[in-house]
Amino acid sequence: MCGIIGFISRKKRMIRGDKIAIALDSLKERGNGQGSGYVGYGIYPDYKDCYALHVFLKNTPTYHKIIDRVKSILGMYGVVVKDEEIPVKEGVLKKEFIPWRFFYHFHDSYRDIENDLMVNIVMEINDKVDGAFVFSSGKNLGVFKATGWPKEVAEFYRLEEYEGYMWLGHARYPTNTRGWWGGAHPFNILNWSVVHNGEITSYGTNKRYVESFGYKCRMFTDTEVVAYIFDLLIRKHRLPVEYALSAIAPKFWDEIDRMEEEERKIHEAIRMTYGPAALNGPFAIVVGTHEGMVFMNGEIEENNTLIGLTDRVKLRPLVAAEKDDLVFVSSEEAAIRRICPELDKVEMPDAGTPIIVRLE
Amino acid sequence: MIPSAVPPKFKVEIDREKCMLCGRCVEECSWGVYRKERDRIVIYSNRCGACQRCVVMCPRNAITVRENTTCWRSHPLWTAEVREDIINQSKTGRVLLSATGNAMDYPIYFDRIVLDACQVTNPPIDPLREPMELRTYIGKKPKKLEFEFVEEEVDGKKIKKAKLKTKIAPNLKLETPIMIAHMSYGALSLNAHLAMAKAVKECGTYMGSGEGGLHRALYPYADHIITQVASGRFGVDVDYLNRGAAIEIKIGQGAKPGIGGHLPGEKVTAEVSMTRMIPEGTDAISPAPHHDIYSIEDLAQLVRSLKEATRWKKPVFVKIAAVHNVAAIANGIATSDADAVVIDGFRGGTGAAPKVFRDHVGIPLEMAIAAVDERLREEGVRNEISIIASGGIRSSADVFKAIALGADAVYIGTAALIALGCRVCGRCYTGQCAWGIATQKPELVERLDVEEGARRVANLIKAWTLELKELLGAAGINAIESLRGNRDRLRGVGLNEVELKALGIKHAGF
Repeated sequence: MCGIIGFISRKKRMIRGDKIAIALDSLKERGNGQGSGYVGYGIYPDYKDCYALHVFLKNTPTYHKIIDRVKSILGMYGVVVKDEEIPVKEGVLKKEFIPWRFFYHFHDSYRDIENDLMVNIVMEINDKVDGAFVFSSGKNLGVFKATGWPKEVAEFYRLEEYEGYMWLGHARYPTNTRGWWGGAHPFNILNWSVVHNGEITSYGTNKRYVESFGYKCRMFTDTEVVAYIFDLLIRKHRLPVEYALSAIAPKFWDEIDRMEEEERKIHEAIRMTYGPAALNGPFAIVVGTHEGMVFMNGEIEENNTLIGLTDRVKLRPLVAAEKDDLVFVSSEEAAIRRICPELDKVEMPDAGTPIIVRLE
Repeated sequence: MIPSAVPPKFKVEIDREKCMLCGRCVEECSWGVYRKERDRIVIYSNRCGACQRCVVMCPRNAITVRENTTCWRSHPLWTAEVREDIINQSKTGRVLLSATGNAMDYPIYFDRIVLDACQVTNPPIDPLREPMELRTYIGKKPKKLEFEFVEEEVDGKKIKKAKLKTKIAPNLKLETPIMIAHMSYGALSLNAHLAMAKAVKECGTYMGSGEGGLHRALYPYADHIITQVASGRFGVDVDYLNRGAAIEIKIGQGAKPGIGGHLPGEKVTAEVSMTRMIPEGTDAISPAPHHDIYSIEDLAQLVRSLKEATRWKKPVFVKIAAVHNVAAIANGIATSDADAVVIDGFRGGTGAAPKVFRDHVGIPLEMAIAAVDERLREEGVRNEISIIASGGIRSSADVFKAIALGADAVYIGTAALIALGCRVCGRCYTGQCAWGIATQKPELVERLDVEEGARRVANLIKAWTLELKELLGAAGINAIESLRGNRDRLRGVGLNEVELKALGIKHAGF
C-alpha cells in the first residue's frame, strides 16, 4: 500500500512544488514514513539542455572523494557545467546521504548516442562507485526523495522554491525491502519517472530480462525495473506507446482471441516477444516523461506526457480527474480535491487500461 | 561349474486361503511367474519384476509381492546390487541392460526447492474467479518488434497507423506447458501411442513421435505430434516431416548420453517395420552420432535442411542430454535456426540403456536448466529460443520449479506411462510388458484400452494444469510468462552455497 499523486498542466503552466506536497500529505496514511518523494518537470529552465544528475552521496567525512569518482566517470564523455549540493533545510531529516546535483552535457561527438551513454553512466556509477547512487538523470527535471513523511521530505528539499508543469509524488509503505533513501519513489532513468503502488510478483523475470539488455538493478526494490522497461520498450525499441503499455499490462488471451485479425496478430506478437516485460502482481503506476516519443499515430512528439496504468485485474486503486488545463492522477480522489476542490470530471480507469495525457 | 543364480529380488506370495485357483494370475503374468499345476499355483519368484499386474488383477486380492531383502550380508560398499551385477556380468561377459531413469542416490534438487506464496502485501489470485493464463508459445521469437507507420484515411481524415513489420516465425501454441516426451513406436505399443495422442489433442498440447516414425493410425493426430529425426533416421521422409506440428532432432538422451539406441529384432513386427522403413525382424540400430553431424555447424545445416524441406513452416527443436558442457552447446543451438532446445536431464527415462550409462553419465536437470537459461541470457538470446526441460518430471510442483528456473515448458515421459498403467518395473527392453505399453505382442497390446488410456493421460495433464494455476495464483501471478526464469520465487532448503549458486536461487531465510 502506497500513495500516489500526479498532475500535469496541459498548457505548461508552471506550478510550485509545495502544491504536490500538500496533496501527498493527505495520502500519508498510505505510507509509513519510510520513504517519500517527488519529481518535477520543467524545474531547471536555466539548464534545460543539460542532464541534471541527482546523486545520493553516502554521508561520510570523505564524501568529496565520491564526488571526484563520479566526476571522473562523467569527465570521460562530457563536461560538468555545474555541481553543488541540492539546497536542503537542515535539521528536518537525519541526513543519511548528501544529495548532490550535476548539470552535465556530452561532447558533441557523443550527441547521437547520448541517451544510451547516459544509461550506461548511471549503471556504472550505481554499480561501481561505492556510496554513490544516481536517482535522477533526465533533462530539465529532478527527483527529490528521502526516508521520511511527505511533508518532511518536501520541507527538507525546499520544494516551494521550484516550479514545474508536471509533478508526481509518492508516499511509501515498504513491503518487500527495507526503507532507505534510494528505495523511495519516484524512480527515474533519463526522462522516465515512475511512481508505483504495488508489488511486482514477476520481478525476478523482469529484472533478468532488462539485465540481458545491460540495465543493472541496484536499488533493492522492484519499482526500479519499471523505469528500465519503459526506457527499453519505448526509447530503445521504439514501440508505439499504446503497444508498449500493452506489453507491460498485456491483454488477456481471451480478449486477444476475439480481436480482428490484424490487431490480434499484433497483440499475439507483443505477448510472445515481450512476455518477460509484462508486470504481474498488483500495481498502479504513473509514469512521467518528456522525451520525444512515438505514438500510435506515428508522430514524434517532443512533449511531456503523463501515463497512469493499473494491473490487469486492478488490485490497486487509481483515479483520474480534470480541471481546465490540469489533469490529475491519484490513489485517492481526496488528495486531488485537497489542492483542487472543484473538478470538471473524475473517472476510474478500467483494469489494465492506460490513461495517457499529452501537452497541448 | 560355479552356480551363478542370484536370489530373487522379489518374493511372491499367494494367500492360499483366499486363492480360488481361477488362474487369472497365470493368464495375466507375461513373465511366467505362475504355473498352474493341478490344484495348485506354483510360483517362480525369480521371474518377478514387481509389475503388479497379477496383484491388481487377482479377483480375490490374494497376491502379495515383497522385496526379498534378507539374504545378503549387508555391507556399505559391496551392496547387494553391486554383487549381483558382478555375478551377472561374470556369467555373460556383457553390458548390463536397464530401463527407466537413473536409479542412483543423487540429490533430487526439485525436492530441495520450495515455492513462494503471497501474504498481506499483495493478494493471492483465486484462479476460480480470475483469469489464469498458461498459454505458452514454443519457437523462435524476435528480439524486438518493429512497426511501420502507414497513412490511412478514416472518415476523410488522414491518420498514421502503426503496422507490425516484424514477421513472427511459426510457433507451437500450448494451452498448458506440459508436453509428452518422445518415446518411439516400437519401444511402445501402438495403443500406448494412440492413447497419448488423443490425450494431447484434447489438452491442447503436443507429444513427441519418438524416433520410430509415425504409424498411419496416428495421422489424424499429427497436428499435435512433434516428429523426431534421430541418428537412425527411421521412418523419415518428407511426408513425415511435413505431417507433424514440429520437428525435433535428437542428438542425445538423458538416460544414455553419448550412445545410440537399439531396438531388438523381436520388437520389429510387420507394422513396426513399415513405420520405421526397415526390414521386419531386423535390429533397429541408432548410431551414437548422427553420421552427418560431427560438429555444431553440421547441426546448424541439418536444422536448415529440415526447414527447407518443410518450407520454413515447421519449428525445429534440438534435443540434447544434460552433460557438463550443456550451456555452451545450448548456446550453439540457440544461434542456429533452431526454435527450441530440449534439455534431457540424467533422470530421464528409457526403455533400454546400459546400466552404467543410466546411472553415471549426465548431470541433474535442475542444474542444466539453470545453466542454460543463465548462459543464454548472458548471450542476450534467451528470449529468442524456447527451452523445454525433460527427464524426471514427476508432479506439477516439478513443472512449476522447472519453469521458474528458466524453462518454457516440460516434457513428461514416465509420468504419462504411469497414467497408462506402467508400474515402473524397469523391464521395457524385454518386450514382455504385462500392461501392454512397452510391447508389440498383440495379446499384450490389446490389454491397453485406448479410450481409457487417453482419458487417464488427459486427466493427469489436466490435474497438473489445475495445480499449476493454483500455485501461480498463490504466488500472485496470473500469466505463466511472469513465472519463467523468476528464480526470486524459489528458495533452497538444505543446499550448500555452490548448489545455490548453480541453481541461481537464494536459501530459505534470505
